[in-house]
Amino acid sequence: MSAAGAGTVAIVSGATGAIGAATCRALAAAGHHVVIGFRSDADGATVLERELAPHATAVALDVTDGEQVDACVERAQELGTVAVLVNNAGMTGDDLLLRLEPERFDLTLATNLRGAYLLSRAVLRPMLRARHGRIINVSSIVALRGNAGQVAYAAAKAGLLGLTRSLAREVARKGITVNAVAPGFVESAMTAELPAEAREALIASAPIGRAVLADEVAHAIAHLASHGAAATTGAVLTVDGGAAI
Amino acid sequence: MSDDLLTTFTELLVSDFGVPAEEVSAGATFEALGLDSLDIVELTLALEDRTGVKLGDEDLEQVRTVQDAIDKVRERQA
Repeated sequence: MSAAGAGTVAIVSGATGAIGAATCRALAAAGHHVVIGFRSDADGATVLERELAPHATAVALDVTDGEQVDACVERAQELGTVAVLVNNAGMTGDDLLLRLEPERFDLTLATNLRGAYLLSRAVLRPMLRARHGRIINVSSIVALRGNAGQVAYAAAKAGLLGLTRSLAREVARKGITVNAVAPGFVESAMTAELPAEAREALIASAPIGRAVLADEVAHAIAHLASHGAAATTGAVLTVDGGAAI
Repeated sequence: MSDDLLTTFTELLVSDFGVPAEEVSAGATFEALGLDSLDIVELTLALEDRTGVKLGDEDLEQVRTVQDAIDKVRERQA
């Protein structure tokens, strides 16, 4: 996490949320120009862009929209060499399975999983050209443990781990690493929608006895994005206060 | 045109993939040259940078030999 990022671009999807914004700050501090990918929070993206100026550019990025994904990556390539992709865009779509409508299930997978596939596909060509790249998928501790009321979210986040490991194998010898972080409970607008019991259960399950900070997740992501992490690929780095122990 | 393209392919295969120049011929299969499907995608990206010709995924599915690739580039140039 040094000047190694100079002249390179990092794309962060879902960048206006707690983890996304913290990740943008960490990657900008590491020397990357950050593409702040946002779906609906244009105001939040603009505020973050100003905060990180001139090292960030806000770009509309609904990861369920393939054309917008391609346009975002094209814009990123105009800004420099795309070296880092953080697939962070997510939504919870929580409900008990018996009450979970198929449309809600599909949208949750489209956002958390298919969006990561689309973005990864789009950045691989510039990364292959450079024979260097870092893809970091933001999964969740619930991908490893499951969580009542989060069938769709946990399925999507577990799918991300399969994507991570398989793509890691495909591109490892091209200097491209693919890893995942699995945060525990982080206070954010998204987790504010969780049922109270689910929130309490997640916090209580962490030996550190508190919620994880978004900055702590961002720090792990920045490490995986660094040149020093070149030998780490296909890994799942838990940032969960020990919940997975 | 074909000779120029063969020269370009040979240069790329030697410089980017470490293939010995003497092993490259129009009839050589990429498999025999030690390239897998991801290598072929990478090769076409380098080719695009050199020639401006962009080969799509559907083109690559039919490419087995260097000559196949040359033919696809010529089709796109036509």
